Amino acid sequence: MEFPFGVIRQFPANPPWWNNIVTLPPDDDGVAGAALGITDNNTTGRFVKQDYKIVGEELVPNDEDPMPAFNRLLEAGAKYIVAAVPADALLKMADAVKDKGVILFNASATDDRLRQADCRSDILHTAPSRAMLTDALAQYLVTKRWGKWLLLTGRHPDDKLYADAVKRSAKKFGAKIVEEKTWDFGPDARETGNNVIPVFTQSSAYDVIVIADELGEFGPLIGYRSWDARPTAGTAGLIATTWSVTVTGWGAEQIQNRFFRQSKRGMRPLDFQMWLAMRTIGETAARTRSNDPKALRDYIFGPRFELAGFKGGSFSYRPWDNQLRQPIVLTTAEALVAASPQEGFLHQTNPLDTIGFDKPESQCRFPGQ
Amino acid sequence: MNPSIRRRVLLPLVRAGAVAAGLTAAFAPGAAFAGKVFVTNERDHTMTVIDSDSLKTLETVKTGRRPRGLTASPDGKLIYVCASDDNRVEVYDSSTYKMLRTLPSGPDPELFVLHPSGNPLYIANEDDALVTIVDTDTGKVQGEIPVGVEPEGMGISPDGKVLVNTSETTSMAHFIDTSTKQIVENVLVDSRPRYAEFTPDGKTVWVSAEVGGTVSVIDIAGHQVVKRLTFQIPGVTEDAIQPVGIRITKDGSTAFVALGPANRVAVVDTKTYEVKKYLLVGQRVWQLAFSPDEKTLYSSNGNSNDISVIDVASEKVTKSVTTGRSPWGVVAVP
Repeated sequence: MEFPFGVIRQFPANPPWWNNIVTLPPDDDGVAGAALGITDNNTTGRFVKQDYKIVGEELVPNDEDPMPAFNRLLEAGAKYIVAAVPADALLKMADAVKDKGVILFNASATDDRLRQADCRSDILHTAPSRAMLTDALAQYLVTKRWGKWLLLTGRHPDDKLYADAVKRSAKKFGAKIVEEKTWDFGPDARETGNNVIPVFTQSSAYDVIVIADELGEFGPLIGYRSWDARPTAGTAGLIATTWSVTVTGWGAEQIQNRFFRQSKRGMRPLDFQMWLAMRTIGETAARTRSNDPKALRDYIFGPRFELAGFKGGSFSYRPWDNQLRQPIVLTTAEALVAASPQEGFLHQTNPLDTIGFDKPESQCRFPGQ
Repeated sequence: MNPSIRRRVLLPLVRAGAVAAGLTAAFAPGAAFAGKVFVTNERDHTMTVIDSDSLKTLETVKTGRRPRGLTASPDGKLIYVCASDDNRVEVYDSSTYKMLRTLPSGPDPELFVLHPSGNPLYIANEDDALVTIVDTDTGKVQGEIPVGVEPEGMGISPDGKVLVNTSETTSMAHFIDTSTKQIVENVLVDSRPRYAEFTPDGKTVWVSAEVGGTVSVIDIAGHQVVKRLTFQIPGVTEDAIQPVGIRITKDGSTAFVALGPANRVAVVDTKTYEVKKYLLVGQRVWQLAFSPDEKTLYSSNGNSNDISVIDVASEKVTKSVTTGRSPWGVVAVP
């Protein structure tokens, strides 16, 4: 039984100072995770006579239209497509495969609208929503009683969306944003940081600086330069994400080692999110013994589906917006600080639904619902 | 006979007799039997040796890096330790605590099981999707069997004919014929299976699934899951119930299941599959081991750095004993 996968990735434009070996993403970011997922699926697959393969891999430059590359994947016969593309492109892809028996995974776009007004029943999200990331962070900060935040927002539209998610989470968990400031010192403040940042971070009393800067243009420069001695969190400092080399509990050492042996580097969030997409199909196919997209979907949204993702407990998809539930880790570059949901944030059915959009808050309406 | 030697030989008997004569409820568990409990400390790279009578630490033995799986030879004289990060199995003398030799294990050995005769040793190589077979006398690798992703749990039938390995990411129990060294069947179980334990009659094997939160009872003859056990503990979320180690009494009547971060050991009636009781033990309970007389059960508690001592007859936790950091494996010998 065959499982043909397609993988497509389009990065955002590099900020000008992404030229050092610490911040520059590896060439195989994400697709290396997909490759490991295929290997893991095949190790299982050989016992049940299932054959997983990547029939097409497309790395699209950021200024190009990804649709021709996407169509090439379809022509190559891909039935399961793992995409790391911006939200608008993803929606076009979803429309292109509507009712064609293709399962499309969103492995990178964190846009909340893809889980809300712009949700599509054809897309499964292994990428977290921004709401999940900021809720995870908010739970931790509130647990620490660091309830007053200075919010620093970058100059890109995505940064404003992240800041919106921060504001939503603050309201949800009872934190206060004392002031929001927009970064307007250009894309590279490495030389001028010591002059502008102390002034920029002056505000009424706050506990934490929350940074909304998804490309990392200025966030990493804020720590140790702020007017008051305050920690940074969000997209820099204490980062909320799905995966990091610092995750070693819950059996994670195994996948970290496996990944390192394969790719000679640490596993990154996009690698993990692509791996999760691969494993969603692998896990489901092993149990249903089927490659029929309808049968797979029924199982994925059924009560028995559980995906093991090395962060404790099992992951599953929210049926109301197709978002994969998973714990969010809060980490610095070298050490894991915490994983949310935090203890004490209760939920009537699944604690993982305390982060992100729970059913009552969902604005997603799939056809037929 | 040299009188001093005779005294030394007699002393334990006299002590055992004295305790038996003045038997009190508090001292009953394990008192008639002074053995040793070995515990591997995953993060200390050591093994703690505890006197099963006094529950005092006799020795802390330095081992290879990241010791996890632990077992004893049938006569209790040898202790085998998986030194996961050193990619080897270490063999210790259970009376002198000296390392006698090392065995090749393949990469990242996590758990293993000895053939009931004491030879060979079947080792799960977690990072390499293999089961390695090692002759414990010659130290030679007799074979490697490719299995699923992240093999861990290892169980062997009482007659030594059927080996069961569980692979965590593949979520399967692989049934291996020990004579042909071939997989004969793969049975899907719930997510992240970690441990396999045969019932003493050899008719079923119990497989715990950590993420699935269940124990599957698999019929050996038909390779079918005949029962999926679930656990409910008031006040404990479903997510915290993560079954790992399993032990079944020799009479086959009672199973004990370690439930990980639920900090409980479930006591299960093997006939009705009903959970009779949940015993509160230390934090993140990994593995279990009976004392040789089966009067006592020990649990290794990874997060509270101790073992819990359970009286099997009364199904009560009587004590906890401090170990090194992150105790993982536990075994008791005479």
